[in-house]
Amino acid sequence: MTDRVPAVEIPILVRRRPPVLLAVEGLTKRFFSDEAAAVEDVSFTVAEGELVSLLGPSGCGKTTTLRLVGGFETPDTGRISLRGRDITHLPPEKRGIGFVFQDYALFPQLTVLENVKFGLRNMPRAEADKRAREMLGLVNLADLASRRPHELSGGQQQRVALARTLAVAPPLVLLDEPFSNLDAAMRVETRQEVRAMLKQAGSSAILVTHDQEEALALSDRIAVMEGGRIRQIGTPAQIYREPVSEFVASFIGRSNILPAQATGGSAETIFGNLALAREAAGDVAVAVRPEQITLQPDPAGSGTVVGREFRGHDQLYWVRAGGRTVLVIAGPFPIIETGTRVRLEVCDCVVPLSG
Amino acid sequence: MTASLVPARRRSAGQLLLLAPALVVGALMLAPLFDLVLRALEADAATVTSLLLRPRTFELLVNTAALAAGVLVLATLIALPLAWLTTRTDLPGRRILNVLAVLPLAVPGYVMAYALIGLSGNYGFMNAVFGVTLPRPQGWLGATLALSLYTYPYLYLNLRAALSGLDQTLEESARALGCGPREVFTRVTLPHLMPAMMAGWLVIGLYTIGDFGAVALMRYEVFSYALYLAYSSAFDRLYAAWIALILVVIALAVVWWEARLREDIRLARTGSGSGVRPRLTALPPLACAAAYGFSGTVVLAALGLPVAVLSFWLLREPVWPVLPDLLRSFSQSLSAAAPAALLAVLLALPVAVLAVRFPSPISNFVNRLAFIGYAVPALAFALAFVFFALEAAPFLYQTQALLVLVYALAFLALALGPIRSALYQARPNLEDSARSLGYGPVGTFIHVVLPCIRRGVTAGLVLVFVVAMKELPIAFLLSPAGFRPLAIQLFSRTSEGMLIAAAPYAAAIIAFSGLTVAAVLRHEGRLE
Repeated sequence: MTDRVPAVEIPILVRRRPPVLLAVEGLTKRFFSDEAAAVEDVSFTVAEGELVSLLGPSGCGKTTTLRLVGGFETPDTGRISLRGRDITHLPPEKRGIGFVFQDYALFPQLTVLENVKFGLRNMPRAEADKRAREMLGLVNLADLASRRPHELSGGQQQRVALARTLAVAPPLVLLDEPFSNLDAAMRVETRQEVRAMLKQAGSSAILVTHDQEEALALSDRIAVMEGGRIRQIGTPAQIYREPVSEFVASFIGRSNILPAQATGGSAETIFGNLALAREAAGDVAVAVRPEQITLQPDPAGSGTVVGREFRGHDQLYWVRAGGRTVLVIAGPFPIIETGTRVRLEVCDCVVPLSG
Repeated sequence: MTASLVPARRRSAGQLLLLAPALVVGALMLAPLFDLVLRALEADAATVTSLLLRPRTFELLVNTAALAAGVLVLATLIALPLAWLTTRTDLPGRRILNVLAVLPLAVPGYVMAYALIGLSGNYGFMNAVFGVTLPRPQGWLGATLALSLYTYPYLYLNLRAALSGLDQTLEESARALGCGPREVFTRVTLPHLMPAMMAGWLVIGLYTIGDFGAVALMRYEVFSYALYLAYSSAFDRLYAAWIALILVVIALAVVWWEARLREDIRLARTGSGSGVRPRLTALPPLACAAAYGFSGTVVLAALGLPVAVLSFWLLREPVWPVLPDLLRSFSQSLSAAAPAALLAVLLALPVAVLAVRFPSPISNFVNRLAFIGYAVPALAFALAFVFFALEAAPFLYQTQALLVLVYALAFLALALGPIRSALYQARPNLEDSARSLGYGPVGTFIHVVLPCIRRGVTAGLVLVFVVAMKELPIAFLLSPAGFRPLAIQLFSRTSEGMLIAAAPYAAAIIAFSGLTVAAVLRHEGRLE
């Protein structure tokens, strides 16, 4: 948990990124003039073959951003371009961007095969048929081709929806909460399948989700949104290790937010002087991940265990120290009983937060 | 609730208690129709062939089909754009338009026919107001106009519900897959509307086949008009019986065909997520103007026309001398419609409870039988009862009791619908807990079930009552001597060209039918 990604790797990753496919610049959308903007000054890019997640709580503007890119909403200001071509005001059908809806939106009156063929209307019939069957093979549903959507399970419906979208070979696929209608077990299984299928098809994708675990597991990069704005964008590891704000630090994973006095590369906290991931000065808040803290039973320690939750693969402790309660994740054993005095230590550097 | 959750002993007791009255309802529906068949088969084959295999029968068939086709096409051309405008666009005033679009339900077909006729002629509205003498509308065109202007709201209401229930993501998916707006409409929206379209067509089709007032006033020779002529002027009972049978067969064929088509279509939403409410299309100014032009024409024709023509004729002569007649006629309508509504609800209750609480092949069968009165054209249904009464219970013939019974049976389906939906919504748990607190089945029904389904029962009562108030064909065949309800007064005066004398009755019917529309609108409001 504590192995560091060397800081030098980040610029290399950036340099290696393939050419930009989609560029979104300064997108703003206001539904009602007297309300706050649903999306405000949103800019990001998606590279060829890249999978980007828009992550945030409900109402953060992530779905609106997706619908703007898909062409289902018109932005008040801003520009969207695909492979350098301005598509800001094109209707959805002229953009060549695939869209997989949260409820899959399979056409109930058509069979599975007919659904997948739906977008292939400019192809000769036999060719469209072949292509659709190929796609169904790709999502492992070849033998269900003549079923109706309502006869399929949720996971199967979702794969049909994906096959239908990928059949027209769009350079970019938009997925709106694609796993929210699946039960927890299906979700983990399906998301790796979906990632594999997108990579195999060579499509870039933007995925909207409120589930941080999903975003971390699936994406090449994550854009964290709040209040209509992108608060941070980066690789899953970057976002997790170096959240820029208290919001990002608490929305992705759990964090202890502690007051600190920073002087350059280090800061004074209730756990003593800690190294900072970036330089800062003055009164700041720092984020300390629960797994960055270790506990040692010590009668002279500064903390007291006030709560404990055994979770099998690890253990949560609530420790009262320095006038506040901090959350600690430790290995399952040994068990430290409630009431024990402990010494707390922080390994690895901590992150100063802004805002 | 599934049948298996009900203890077997209780199920059989409850079923027996309900099955008896439900079977009586079924028998009452079927017996007269069987009798009609028997009566028709009494004649020898040669007579029947000479009766039926003549050009006139073929002509009637063609006319009936032409009328049904004309009404369905015109009603669709009116209802589909209206429904789209009021549900899927941002047209200013669409809420008012929605109410105006449904209001023509208050103008029965024969009143619409009266209005069209009153528009024309030397003394008509158009000549008096604009100096244009129109020929008296009649035949196919007149009947098609009168019937479509009255019946299109049935289709409109169905399409409206389907359009606002359409999951927007289906249309957006099609856009994302490269379809333009027009292609989305033909490939996604229209298929989705088909069940609603067919449900609306079924109602309108059955209504058109069974209509008697408008076609008779327009003198358009279709089966129901021929039945009326055979019975009233020629007293040719055998021919009347055969035409009635043909009407029954046509109506049942339409019902069967619609059910077959519907079986194939499945349009339930498949995803488990919440459907997205359809987004409104922003109309550019030019389209807005076209929309107002179109809906203005429809409203003017379906509402403005009857109101204007009626006011015109109503103001020609003072109304007060006919007031006593009008009041007597109104109270006669009332004296048949009120007990009929009560009886219909009483008959519908056991059928509905049986269908919802004790689903079984028998209860399903009885439930379907209950719709016979609705599907079979009223004139044929009434004629079957005339024959049946003359044979099985002559003392009932030409009594008000028989009239009330036939009303109740013909409109049973109207009472059954709301009662059944109310029962589906009432939780069976409540009944179980009443039983566990010591109430018997009857006590449970009175103290628990009835209060729960009160709204459904009231809706059923109101619907049957208002429809019976303006019923024409059944009253025509079964009214006791001297019984002249509003519809008959209006019909006989209009068919004799006495438009001034007919006006007060038409006004009374429109005013009263407004209640139907209020009921329908309230029902729709509840659903939304």
